[in-house]
Amino acid sequence: MPNYRIHKTEYIDETKRVSFKYDGKTYFGYEGDTLASALLANGIHLVGRSFKYHRPRGIVSCGAEEPNAICQIGSKKDLTEPNVRATELELHEGLEASSQNCWPNVKFDIGGINNFISPLIPAGFYYKTFMWPKSFWKKVYEPLIRLSAGLGKSPTEPDPDIYDHKYVHYDVLVIGGGVSGIIAAKMAAKNNLKTLLVDDKKILGGSTIYQNNESIKIDDKLSSEWLKNEIQEIKKLSNLTIKTRTSIAAYHGYNFLLAKENLTDHLPEEKKKNKIRQRLWKIRAKKVVIATGSIERPLVFNNNDRPGILLSNSINKYLDYYGVTCGENIILFTNNDSAYETSISLHKKGIKNLIVDLRKSASSELIKQAESLGIKIYFNYVVTNTFGYRKINSLEIMKLSEDGNTTVGDKIKLSCDCLGMSGGWTPMVHMHTQSGGKLDFRDEDQVFLPKENSEDQISVGSCNGDFDLENIIDKTVNKINKFLDIDNQDYQDTNIICSKENDKRNIWLLPNKIPLGKTKCFIDFQNDSTAKDIKLALKEGFRSIEHVKRYTTTGMATDQGKLSNMHALGIIADTAGVKMGTLGTTTFRPPFTPLTFGTLVGRNVGKFFEVVRKTSMHEWHVKNNAEFENVGQWKRPWYYPKNGENMHDAVQRESKAARDNAGILDASTLGKIDIQGTDASEFLNRVYTNAWSKLAIGKCRYGLMLNEDGMVYDDGVTTRISENHYLMTTTTGGAANVLSKLEDYLQTEWPELDVYLTSVTDHYSTASICGPNSKKILNKLFPNLDLSDENFPHMSFKEAKLENINCRIMRISFTGELSYEINIESKYGHSLWKMCIEAGKEFNLTPYGTETMHLLRAEKGFIIVGQDTDGTMTPSDLQMDWIVSKKKYDFIGKRSLYRSDTIREDRKQLVGLLTDDPKEILEEGAQIVSDVKSNPMDMLGHVTSSYFSPNLNKSIALAVVKSGKTMKGQKLIIPMENKNINVTVSDTIFLDKENKRLNA
Amino acid sequence: MFLINCPFCGERDQSEFSSGGEAHIVRPKQPTELSDDEWAEYLFMRKNIKGIQFERWNHVHGCRKWFNVVRDTSNDKILSVYKMGEKPPVNYK
Repeated sequence: MPNYRIHKTEYIDETKRVSFKYDGKTYFGYEGDTLASALLANGIHLVGRSFKYHRPRGIVSCGAEEPNAICQIGSKKDLTEPNVRATELELHEGLEASSQNCWPNVKFDIGGINNFISPLIPAGFYYKTFMWPKSFWKKVYEPLIRLSAGLGKSPTEPDPDIYDHKYVHYDVLVIGGGVSGIIAAKMAAKNNLKTLLVDDKKILGGSTIYQNNESIKIDDKLSSEWLKNEIQEIKKLSNLTIKTRTSIAAYHGYNFLLAKENLTDHLPEEKKKNKIRQRLWKIRAKKVVIATGSIERPLVFNNNDRPGILLSNSINKYLDYYGVTCGENIILFTNNDSAYETSISLHKKGIKNLIVDLRKSASSELIKQAESLGIKIYFNYVVTNTFGYRKINSLEIMKLSEDGNTTVGDKIKLSCDCLGMSGGWTPMVHMHTQSGGKLDFRDEDQVFLPKENSEDQISVGSCNGDFDLENIIDKTVNKINKFLDIDNQDYQDTNIICSKENDKRNIWLLPNKIPLGKTKCFIDFQNDSTAKDIKLALKEGFRSIEHVKRYTTTGMATDQGKLSNMHALGIIADTAGVKMGTLGTTTFRPPFTPLTFGTLVGRNVGKFFEVVRKTSMHEWHVKNNAEFENVGQWKRPWYYPKNGENMHDAVQRESKAARDNAGILDASTLGKIDIQGTDASEFLNRVYTNAWSKLAIGKCRYGLMLNEDGMVYDDGVTTRISENHYLMTTTTGGAANVLSKLEDYLQTEWPELDVYLTSVTDHYSTASICGPNSKKILNKLFPNLDLSDENFPHMSFKEAKLENINCRIMRISFTGELSYEINIESKYGHSLWKMCIEAGKEFNLTPYGTETMHLLRAEKGFIIVGQDTDGTMTPSDLQMDWIVSKKKYDFIGKRSLYRSDTIREDRKQLVGLLTDDPKEILEEGAQIVSDVKSNPMDMLGHVTSSYFSPNLNKSIALAVVKSGKTMKGQKLIIPMENKNINVTVSDTIFLDKENKRLNA
Repeated sequence: MFLINCPFCGERDQSEFSSGGEAHIVRPKQPTELSDDEWAEYLFMRKNIKGIQFERWNHVHGCRKWFNVVRDTSNDKILSVYKMGEKPPVNYK
């Protein structure tokens, strides 16, 4: 096996050999490696196939910007993770990784044929091709596209890892632990500010930490040595917290930031157990220092995507940090000085290399150093093509014309096994723009820079466009002193020597003799967009950068265009003949690098996903085999199956029992609001549609609450307990919103009213007993209470004692049966329930759930707000005009009831429906039409509630239908997938229109 | 995520609050005397300004009090908070 690890470094522990699997084969690396550096040490460049053309692709970078080396980690159904960047993944024992987007394997990939048919699949190919014939979409195109789309595989089973969230507050947050971040953190912390320094890498130091060029020195030391000393210093500072392996995912307003800390991804399997995998830090900082650095740009030329073509600075890092060379015969292609550092480093380690420089000439310390070492430099040359299928083996260069627009002279062919590109540097302004900051364009080196720094946020170092070390340190110190309003003198006498770059030559799309249409000059490696695609988009009329981006998909892959956005912009600007600064950029949105869902969700999974509210009677329901329904956060018994009954059978039995004998329902979840104050009656007058002033003490009344737009919002029964004291009930799901709405009106519109509201939903438990035997059961429970219709009529309220405990009993009915609701302090709820069940035994008392409750009320035509209404129904639409007071001057929503739209006669109105076949049960939500022959059919409305009534022995339904009020007796049709169901419009009340059962 | 200075409780995280839209829209005292257009003006029409906007906020997971906020919607800076019933600060118009 080849070994490209050519020297020892302090960051690789050669005593700790690590074995790992890549594409099924076992390799070795060392502790300290990333997956990418270990692969390169084994001579592996080819790590994937590109998205569209399936071209072989290799490792390009050494960080978060990596477009190609993204892999699938692990193979377990619950732990596998796609799209992990090999350049960031720390090597550990047992690591299993595989390449993505290739079949059957990365070396021979069937999809590679797309490369040869590429003229047939230009930008916008999908939009143009899959339009016709229309019928092909569903059966042919969509399945095909789905098969070939997507990178990697998602886990198919729940993530077993543990994730955590943590809230922290700091005076100063410093993002990025490079030279400028370290200086900023030290200055802040030494000035007694509570400071947090985060960096996404394993160790601090950025790109300076492995810098070893003699021409770059601080205080007479190599810059890396000087920085190591600084790092030792800051580790001693007590009010500085340093978090490595921690990356900022999002920068929100008011200096609220999210950071992801990686805790176990670098550990071998057995050490991960029972540990938190990742922690999401929710950070509030008074001040934020952004020191995120910059990333190197690739260059755009023909076939610039072959394996073995990397960013020049990454070659340098693999060499000096990991001890790995990316090749043995390397060419560096550059338009600036930084490739010279790489070249000199390679030279020192004995790696043969030469430089192709776009610039006509250049002079700086670095260049002089390279020249004196005898490194061959081709000034004013451009790479025009590269060769080699699975890895680069040679390339062609040509001389540039005077204006740089064309090539001149003869091709020179050079052999190589690796090519380094250096197109200059792009400041990472993501954090600045995410926080709302604007950008300026600097023409000189074609970079976007933070425009202004606010009083609570600042950018320093190369993310602020300062590239040489002297500039970085001087400016950082000055800016931080001003920003934090301190006077730190630590760096006053720091002596910095560094090479100064004097010449720039930026060409976004490099010239070539071959027509552009026949080249593959890649801009976005991951999404396979080329310069040709961008130009095509412009030719087809796209102008906005946001449109070009979406049409060509440039910058839309998992790397979010970290390497490609600038080139896309540059080529658009050049082609359209506009200045780049005027184009603006696409929007940088969080997250900076992808986050797992686990990190975002944290501990809120399984039982902790949502708050669960249980009534006092819950344990009894569980013991008695109840199936539960979620209503808001509440668990409500849905039905109580007996002897293996299915839901239908259980509900039929419960419904029949409730009407024939007696039924009992846990109604504790209904919202309850205690209303007190001298203006309580007036308040109810204003919030309900009906009148309340004359409600006698001890009486109950049903009320309908509207929104100001006249639409039904909530309903429920309110009881007058004493002169200035009411108890309002609301729907289970609406309780919190009703309280908020009432508070809003009280505080903002009617502050003069003397009214106090208290939510007492959880204070009382409620057992509702209905049916002809209910009076007998009540009598057994409350022998001293006079239950006669004279003393305790329908819609009235009594207080009584159960043993020694006070109960509030309302004789109210949602089923149409004689019915009592017993309220007791919640701590006694379970006992109350058990006593009711015990007392009811001899009267066939049957517990019933929400489904039976819904059925029983539908037989009576009572609405459920939220089921039969949807925020577009007025009382009149519900045929409930009787509850709207004509006399009251005003109430919430009154004026809206006679707006031109609400008085339309063809609004959807609530009706009953009876199926011609009484056994046929309609589907809730089914559409209603009068004519099935017209195309498209005219939709008249839909079914809102539908049940088989055991008490009527037929199917019943409620529905909303256009002009429904006038349609009684009319035939309508419900078209279903395989049949049409004939129905007749009926009254909404199906059972006991005379309300005889209420007093049975 | 804003930090909002509740006039009753002090500075708290936005997650404790809920927004109630534009402030200083007074419910007409005599709605029945309004034309459809006038009522629609009250009911539906909101400004949604880019720039300085007066808003209602409720400290729903705190003191449950409603109050007013002056916010610059272009940069989300909260310039002032004041209680219900108080006059808006005159320096923001």
